[in-house]
Amino acid sequence: MHPAFSVIFLTTLIGAAQGLFLALFTAQSYAAVGFVSIKTPHQFYAYGSAIVLVLLAGGLIASFFHLGHPERAWRSAARWRTSWLSREVIVLPTFMLVVFIYAVMHYFNWDPMIIATQKPLQGQLSLYVGIIGALVSFALFICTAMIYACIKFLQEWHNPLTVINYLLLGTASGFTLATAYSSIMEPELVNLFGTWATIITITAFVTRSASLIRNSRIKYKSTLQTAIGVRHSVIQQKSMGAMGGSFNTREYFHNAKAGFFKSMKWIFLILVFLVPVILLTFGVNQDNTEILIAAFIFQYIGLIAERWFFFAQANHPQNLYYQTV
Amino acid sequence: MTQLALIIDLNVCVGCHACVTSCKQWNTSGPAGAMSDDNPYGKDPTGNFFNRVQSFEIGTYPNTELVHFPKSCLHCEEPPCVPVCPTGASYKREEDGIVLVDYDKCIGCKYCSWACPYGARELDEHQKVMKKCTLCVDRIYDESLPEEERKPSCVLACPTNARLFGDVHDSESEVSITIREEGGYQLMPEWGTKPSNHYLPRRKTRIKIHEDELIRADNPLKKEGLKPAKIIDDQTLDDVTSW
Repeated sequence: MHPAFSVIFLTTLIGAAQGLFLALFTAQSYAAVGFVSIKTPHQFYAYGSAIVLVLLAGGLIASFFHLGHPERAWRSAARWRTSWLSREVIVLPTFMLVVFIYAVMHYFNWDPMIIATQKPLQGQLSLYVGIIGALVSFALFICTAMIYACIKFLQEWHNPLTVINYLLLGTASGFTLATAYSSIMEPELVNLFGTWATIITITAFVTRSASLIRNSRIKYKSTLQTAIGVRHSVIQQKSMGAMGGSFNTREYFHNAKAGFFKSMKWIFLILVFLVPVILLTFGVNQDNTEILIAAFIFQYIGLIAERWFFFAQANHPQNLYYQTV
Repeated sequence: MTQLALIIDLNVCVGCHACVTSCKQWNTSGPAGAMSDDNPYGKDPTGNFFNRVQSFEIGTYPNTELVHFPKSCLHCEEPPCVPVCPTGASYKREEDGIVLVDYDKCIGCKYCSWACPYGARELDEHQKVMKKCTLCVDRIYDESLPEEERKPSCVLACPTNARLFGDVHDSESEVSITIREEGGYQLMPEWGTKPSNHYLPRRKTRIKIHEDELIRADNPLKKEGLKPAKIIDDQTLDDVTSW
């Protein structure tokens, strides 16, 4: 497939945003059940949620560049019964709304106690909003990934690993961002976020590698024989019926050189997994904000490469009909 | 239930592209507006087509044959492009099974084209909406046309009658009989899309002749050696019969 930068930015930005929200909610719920004994100021969650909203808005704006008719985008909520894209279109603004409520509640420190039990267990209202936000965040990960995973003849994508990778890679970048953010705002949380960021990044490395291994061994179901229905082992296309290319030659081929394509895989493996884990370890130990910010920037750049590779690697069966001019 | 479809006979198609040009002519003049056509006479001509004729060489030289392969939307019975559309712009008509795009609802997200394994959908890069074969839906029901012209443009244009048009759900229709009796098949059956359009394979008529039918085993001329000498003492017919 031809990687579109609008979709690359959409998926990576909202992934980081969802991960950051999950990180904020993790810190709050840890504090609520007394796993961490830090009294985090409410501004920490408010500003953190603001960053989440900015990232989500960035992703939303990027997605509009993918549309031929952005002014009709409102129509895309119509077919949520069958279309994962439509479901994403509904869940993304819902998530933004929940995060907005979460941010406003924390900003004005309006957080009534719903269930007050003996300490340390506390049940503030924002915690329940956070639970809803976390669930919507997971739903959004599933919607985004299922857009790709549900197309059964794109065999590189049609696999549960696609959903797992979207979930883990987004969460990893979000927790790395939370680590950098907390080292500025709330250094006592750096250890918590840094540890989770490292764990999730390493887990994501395992699952992404699993999908790379799986994809390198794919046996394609469609062949030229089934594409044109001729039973002969030697079939060669002589003409695709158009000399100057068409939508079919532009949309489904990445047109990158083999060396560039291969190097992207190693670039993203290093930038998404190796570099951030090293930087997180150093950054958390030395409590160095710059290193932690660098960890997120490297991981995010790596994720752009990862998403490029994700699209470029998918081999659409229609390409069988477009082998030669 | 009616399911209109095309039957394309690869045995007869000569790859003349008449279906391609007549399709473009009819549909670029239609109510949906012109189909894009950039640099038609310049470098890298490109544009929007509902129908393409491709050519494939089968076999290794000198035992090769060239198959011309017209490719358009197959109007699948289980179209994978329809459920993925977020707006409902892409739909399959209940009454005749034609898969269509409502160009006024399409947002141009291209997701339906990703979900088509055949690459039958092409984005109009000027109108920014997804376009595809309509089976000339604006023609086949037009009662102002004489009845024999109420067929898709490509079917009327084909000089070798390689294209048939009809209802594949009606078992006694011309197309159903042809599929049944001439070995009609579907493309990429592995994805369960159940394409309505069928293709007829290359067919060669051969008579099965066994070797002993070519060479008479008892042909005396084929026997080697001297002819048997005439037995003089033998009686001839004249000796034993009186005429």
